[in-house]
Amino acid sequence: MATLTLRDVKKSFGATPVLHGVDLDVKDGEMIVIVGASGCGKSTLLRIVAGLETETSGEVLIAGQSMKGLEPADRDVAMVFQNYALYPHMSVFQNMAYGLKIRGLPKDQIQRRVDEAAGLLGIGHLLHRKPRELSGGQRQRVAMGRAIVREPKLFLFDEPLSNLDAKLRVELRAEIRRLQRRLGITSLFVTHDQVEAMTLGDRLVVMNAGRAAQIATPMEIWERPADTYVAGFIGSPSMNLLSARLEAGGAAAILDAGGLRLPFVDGPRAGAAGRKLTLGIRPEHLRLGEGGLDVMVELVEPLGGESVLHGKLADGTPLTARLPGARYADGAMTLALPPESLHVFDGETGKRIEAGD
Amino acid sequence: MKKVIFKGTLLPYLLLLPQLAITAIFFFWPAGQAVYQSFLREDAFGLSTEFVGFENFLDVLHDQTWLDAAGRTLLFSGSVATLALGSALFLAVQADKHIRGANAYKTLLIWPYAVAPAIAAVLWLFMFHPNIGLFGRMLNGLGVPWDYRLNGNQAMLMVIMASAWKQVSYNFIFFLAGLQSIPKAVLEAAAIDGARPTRRFWTIIFPLLSPTAFFLLVVNLVYAFFDTFGVIHSLTQGGPGKATETLIYRVYTDGVINLNLGSSSAQSVILMLLVVVLTVIQFRYIERKVHY
Amino acid sequence: MPASTQELAEATRRRHRREKFVTHLCLLLGVLIFVFPIYLTLIGSTHDVNTIGRGEVPLLPGAQALPNYAQAWAAGGGRYMGTPAGTMLVNSLVMALLIAVGKIAISLTSAYAVVFFRFPLRMVFFWLIFITLMLPVEVRIIPTFQVMVNLGLTNTMAGLVIPLIASATATLLFRQFFLTIPDEYVEAAKIDGAGPIRFFLDVVLPLSRTNIAALFVILFIYGWNQYLWPLLMVNDRSLETIVVGLTKMIGTGDQQNEWNVIMATAVFALLPPVAVVVLMQRWFVKGLTETEK
Repeated sequence: MATLTLRDVKKSFGATPVLHGVDLDVKDGEMIVIVGASGCGKSTLLRIVAGLETETSGEVLIAGQSMKGLEPADRDVAMVFQNYALYPHMSVFQNMAYGLKIRGLPKDQIQRRVDEAAGLLGIGHLLHRKPRELSGGQRQRVAMGRAIVREPKLFLFDEPLSNLDAKLRVELRAEIRRLQRRLGITSLFVTHDQVEAMTLGDRLVVMNAGRAAQIATPMEIWERPADTYVAGFIGSPSMNLLSARLEAGGAAAILDAGGLRLPFVDGPRAGAAGRKLTLGIRPEHLRLGEGGLDVMVELVEPLGGESVLHGKLADGTPLTARLPGARYADGAMTLALPPESLHVFDGETGKRIEAGD
Repeated sequence: MKKVIFKGTLLPYLLLLPQLAITAIFFFWPAGQAVYQSFLREDAFGLSTEFVGFENFLDVLHDQTWLDAAGRTLLFSGSVATLALGSALFLAVQADKHIRGANAYKTLLIWPYAVAPAIAAVLWLFMFHPNIGLFGRMLNGLGVPWDYRLNGNQAMLMVIMASAWKQVSYNFIFFLAGLQSIPKAVLEAAAIDGARPTRRFWTIIFPLLSPTAFFLLVVNLVYAFFDTFGVIHSLTQGGPGKATETLIYRVYTDGVINLNLGSSSAQSVILMLLVVVLTVIQFRYIERKVHY
Repeated sequence: MPASTQELAEATRRRHRREKFVTHLCLLLGVLIFVFPIYLTLIGSTHDVNTIGRGEVPLLPGAQALPNYAQAWAAGGGRYMGTPAGTMLVNSLVMALLIAVGKIAISLTSAYAVVFFRFPLRMVFFWLIFITLMLPVEVRIIPTFQVMVNLGLTNTMAGLVIPLIASATATLLFRQFFLTIPDEYVEAAKIDGAGPIRFFLDVVLPLSRTNIAALFVILFIYGWNQYLWPLLMVNDRSLETIVVGLTKMIGTGDQQNEWNVIMATAVFALLPPVAVVVLMQRWFVKGLTETEK
């Protein structure tokens, strides 16, 4: 049980920078999910914490101790790998016990800890099998068991669910969450799947091109994304992003497509008239109604209770809407934008603009 | 290249040490010696040596008996390779068919790999010895004057046969592996296109096997150049006359029997160059499969 | 046209039967060519010396098997009374085992160093080992022999074995195999706290079992079948290997020779490597096609 602190961690491979300085404070027992598209540096960050990569500059502290120069084995961390990395020639028991054996734990203690972990994970009956005799889900549990028996300060998960099929993924996701709460071990979980991120994390780190674009709770991120990248990445279907200009006085925005005026209900934004903005609205916040956007719907995906509509505005900007019911058809339609669900971003930098900014 | 590695400064050198030490002492030192000695000449009594430049090489290359041995080696190696490759391919194609007992056939055709070339020669001697060999006596009984110990052509035939006999199983294993790696779908497509078995063989199977065949050709040539020393030494000792003296046998006679180190070294160096050329050719082939 | 389809099917069936018959015939002929010499030798080893010496080679076994093999084993044969086959077999066995085990051991460690470490001159060392592929022992035989004389290793088992232990082929094979070991195993081991030596012993060696077994067969046979090298290195009869010893018995192939004992010795010389190949056929085929491809 420990805290984890990252201080301005930077990493370059040769001349190519992959991490531009990440700061993070993880509280004791917290589950942090690092999420981002492939190549954003999320795995590298995890491997730096594990000690498998060495940071170019910056510092990693576990339980307040600097990890500089320490081998992975000396950091008291456990890791669950994407491909599980179970030693194929060892039985499940041997796989789980290997780290303890190396640390010189007495046999009876190893036995006790493995039995406990196996019980917790429901793999007690598999202890004598070889990894190749297990299903994907069982292997995943063994990989977690190997981490649990170590009783480490820190759990590190490197996309551990991405090799499983959809149903199993949902199941194990819930199980990981339950286990982590129960054991109370501080955890870092890397994934590219935003649903996984939203459901698992106490807080998320949304990574973009080597930077932490936003660090916050899932709901905060969903409700108040820090920039257009986060806005587009979290939420499915993605948030609609429309370019607009600030009205003189800052009390409303004028949409570029069609000149629709959208008032800011939470207060005016700063800036000269004509300041470039990007307005975001989630597909599920669009409503059928007059006086809104004229959309040409090109594709309707019925999902049962609701439908996802894909269309275009007059200037060709794509727009997605999620509406209740199933009776929709291609063709022209008008959608209202409730002003209270608007997100306002700077048109140049993409950063969120709050009322009064 | 592995991304993930261990740290260690001394350990990797320690791990490499045995291999490198043996390589240095027993490969590079003698190879260097051979090159060095190929530029030297000893007087008749072994009392003094002098540096003679490329003279040993020129002598070797102008020596008619050496040139004869080179020609003989070419004939011998070509025959061994052709014979061993041809029959191995034929047998592999047969054994690859879906027939009962295919595995038994395979085992029975694979084991001669274990037979040393020299032992293969002895087995052939038991068959074709003019006095005690079953076939040797049979030939003489039929009025064919068979005695490979006296007749140079017959001696050459014997060493070719014994050498090829031993090498067939090696080629067979590779051809069979090559045949089995041809995707069944390709053959089925050809069958549906209406190609008959013979046509399928020459238009589909053979082209797909040609990399294997090429690789084996190089291996067989190297085998015939060097590994057949045992066959020749135990069957004919290069004779009668010089009828079966190949280049490697000549290196042995000049170096060990005649103690002509300068000439023997020059011959060794020439053979080394030959192996280098063959290995480079072979390497260009494996390059595609092995990532260095 | 049901009739003509039926005829066609019947013709095809006949053709298939004929083809199968021809295939069996070809294979049987092939097997015969490879088995017959051995059969002849086996038969010869069961007859007395005069039967063979007269050239009356029978095709059925005789009654002299026991005395022939006993003499070959304990006393040797041939006109010059060679070394007893028992001694030679032990020598061959020791030589082949040492060569095989030695080659595997030093190739494993050097491949491990090259794959799992980064250090100065790594690729230089790798190429130094690789180049030895181009220097078969036969080519550099005379100078190597001189080196052995200088080191005082002639007529010793060490001299017979050590120079043949370096192996570029085995190193390359292990290197190829090690490269396929997923990086994640190394990472998992690091997090488990295993260092390089532990990882080698606990993970790499067990994973290499099949490759080691396959290489063992090939290298054992390589060692057993050595000819020119022992011929040069050894003239002490107590160190004679069976392959060389057998041809020394034959000498120039005179008619008056103890052919029965020689044939029994030939059977002794054949048996161990053939047994190894047949018993370990699966591994051996895998190893062979993977080493050299």
